[in-house]
Amino acid sequence: MSVPSGGELSRRDFLWRSAQLGSGLVLAMTLPALGAGPRGSTRVSELNAWLRIGVDDSITVLVDRSEMGQGVYTALPTLLAEELEVDLSRIRIIPAPVGEPYVNALNGGQVTGTSNSVQDAWEKLRTAGAQARLMLIAAAARVWHLDPSECRAQGGKVIDRTRGRQLGYGQLAEAAARLPVPKDVKLKPAAEFRLIGKPLPRLDSPGKVDGSAEFGLDVQLPGMLYAAIAQSPTLGGKAEEVDSTAALAMPGVRRVLSSASGVVVVADHFWQALKARDTLKIRWSPGANAALDNARVRAMLARAAEANPGLAAPRTTGDAAAALKRSHKTLAAVYELPLLAHATMEPMNCTADVKEDGCDLYVGTQVQQSAQEAAAAAAGLPPQRVNVITTLLGGGFGRRLEVDFIPAAVEASKALGVPVKLIWTRENDITHDVFRPPAREEVSAGFDASGTLIAWKLHITSPSITARFDPTNKDPFDSVIEYVQNFPYAVPNFALSFTRQEIGIDVGYLRSVSHAPNCFVIESFMDELAAAYSKNPLDLRLELLKDKPRHTRVLEVAAERAGWGRALKGRYQGIAFMEGYSSHIAQVAEVSVEDGELEVHKITCIIDCGQTVNPRIVESQLESGIVYGLSSALWGEITLRAGGARQSNFHDYRVLRINELPELHVEIIPSDAAPGGIGEVAVPPVAPAICNAIFAATGRRLRTLPIAGQRLA
Amino acid sequence: MASITVNNRKCSVDASPETPLLWVLRDHLGMTGTKYGCGMALCGACTVHVDGLAVRSCVLPLGSVEGKRITTIEGLSADRSHAVQRAWLELDVPQCGYCQSGQIMAAAALLEANPLPTDADIDAALAGNICRCGTYRRIRKAVHRAAELMARSR
Repeated sequence: MSVPSGGELSRRDFLWRSAQLGSGLVLAMTLPALGAGPRGSTRVSELNAWLRIGVDDSITVLVDRSEMGQGVYTALPTLLAEELEVDLSRIRIIPAPVGEPYVNALNGGQVTGTSNSVQDAWEKLRTAGAQARLMLIAAAARVWHLDPSECRAQGGKVIDRTRGRQLGYGQLAEAAARLPVPKDVKLKPAAEFRLIGKPLPRLDSPGKVDGSAEFGLDVQLPGMLYAAIAQSPTLGGKAEEVDSTAALAMPGVRRVLSSASGVVVVADHFWQALKARDTLKIRWSPGANAALDNARVRAMLARAAEANPGLAAPRTTGDAAAALKRSHKTLAAVYELPLLAHATMEPMNCTADVKEDGCDLYVGTQVQQSAQEAAAAAAGLPPQRVNVITTLLGGGFGRRLEVDFIPAAVEASKALGVPVKLIWTRENDITHDVFRPPAREEVSAGFDASGTLIAWKLHITSPSITARFDPTNKDPFDSVIEYVQNFPYAVPNFALSFTRQEIGIDVGYLRSVSHAPNCFVIESFMDELAAAYSKNPLDLRLELLKDKPRHTRVLEVAAERAGWGRALKGRYQGIAFMEGYSSHIAQVAEVSVEDGELEVHKITCIIDCGQTVNPRIVESQLESGIVYGLSSALWGEITLRAGGARQSNFHDYRVLRINELPELHVEIIPSDAAPGGIGEVAVPPVAPAICNAIFAATGRRLRTLPIAGQRLA
Repeated sequence: MASITVNNRKCSVDASPETPLLWVLRDHLGMTGTKYGCGMALCGACTVHVDGLAVRSCVLPLGSVEGKRITTIEGLSADRSHAVQRAWLELDVPQCGYCQSGQIMAAAALLEANPLPTDADIDAALAGNICRCGTYRRIRKAVHRAAELMARSR
């Protein structure tokens, strides 16, 4: 995935914004609970784009990825602190502004997504920390008239090896910042890590247990007004006529204005804006989707799949069609996946403060550059005059890769000349989400006479995410096929094809993107193949992965920990594997089905994600992925009727609650391989593991999701 | 003008009586620790204590809480020293953190009423609090840990 670049950023603009970030603005944005650092006029030196050291010994790290729960506000500073030789607990964090140094090279933009924040930062931030340390050592050596080799760094100080004299980083930072940046620095070997790989406390926890952590929803500015929005009942519809007489007569209401995303009511307080919004009389023109519903979406995908064999993807080996023809035995199945909503806990919101020559944008976003561009367009300003201040994100899951909730806030602020905070209600958030695309997946496989798997063919039909999200991306192989590129099993003839079929509404990236639907299909069908040959589903997988030690190890450990094949009476097991985000994961689900009622008793989850930065956060993220995967597998579905989503809040978009949590066993296999991603990888195996267990229990093969509403008896 | 007592402080608020307590706390009093999640008492992000009981402030009209004792996350302790907060920090419960004020307030109310809850008690008391990051396993452990800390200080 990539996003359009943020345009040319002049040095002057960058300094202008850095200066702003270093002074007044930043005070509103620090994490109060981390408040070890200075407030006010302490002199601060910039050692590099990520590191500032104050004369008072304060150490501030600019984090250029958005914290949405996945732990980047701890993991990324850990990388820098490891080489800088400071304790993690001393570090204060501020979110990085938009800027070239802050681009995620793996995503081609300043983007938090694709589970690659640590992979992108792994060399970069350790190098930045090492360079700063060497500069601080060089500065101390000058003071003492020593050779730098006679000094060492420890605990935020430079120490004279011979005489034991010490100088704190704060005393050295100004001189160090003027020294040349050393090249070709040598990074610590893993054996010397003090912080990396240790279960250190998260830096963002204190503010999250006392209510002081600042999410987008919590931004408060002097003179700020609040806005609520009315949106078209039909996706893609437009407000043709707005009667706001009643709304404008209500207390506190300041303005009603139309924006591309809906009709905005601005008032002194949010409740007033919301009540007034509900009195608006709006005539909507429904646009092209008035008749769109689920049956139509299904039919569109089925028709397209039949009419168009699809574009053959590069992940092709041998000749699957020919091999299928000569197969002794073949199996074929059609799987269908629903639309899903992200349902972040914090609904979409944005606070804009448009002034004559610039705009401050306070927003929980995963895409700082796109947010800047969207706000700039809405404000009629050049992008570099929009100062993006990233708040904490109350969940991201890919929803905050979209910027659809930004322009209306900017337009309202511009119209009223004061800061405006626009808050989407939960109903706005669910009904106007940018949903995970639906998919139809046709899969077939063939065995030769000896029972060896010789052919596998997968044809995916789905709307495109990338074509809308990044029109500059000319790769016809959309992210909807992404996971299949990793198809891990040894099959001599493999074919993958993709038919793009739009359905009239925008679709978006949702946590694990194509990995979830495709892992569901591949791992469920793998079980179908095992059943057809009366093979143990674990053994079949191990056979087809036999030359891949990392793959087989997670499967073997998962089977061992779950007691594979030794479930209690009445309990049944299912297994699923995935390779994705440079990690390897296996899950075993243990379920029972009685009188058609499913109960998921336990999920065992084993991962090899290479070197961990913080195993405690990895564990949290794996549990998080499993819970997210359980919600989607059990209940997740957006159904469309008359062009709008039928679901609107947590009563009809059901998500897992604490009383529904199965027993979880999560374990990380120690590894010194390069770090893999952990934010998304645990989501996809959940559904196939459960559905494979349901098959073991009932003989029923589920080829669609969610599980709720399907007959299991 | 309505008069309410929040975290032992008397406040007068210029809002209509049907305004939900949630928005009074956030927009009128600037106390943003209490979160909006659903507006229908479905998710628990807005949980506060009214006379010691956990309630959903998103559906509680201002007019109904006059004269009552309201406690929010900001008033649970001045310095994160409440046993629940200490246990939450010890186990690093939060991920995105958005629902955690509500989870903590619900847990604190549970422990006031039931100092030694079982897993089933915890599930029953916290089933109304959604966490999309899936911190549930840590929440359960942290509630048990908080119970231990409270017992020790008794």
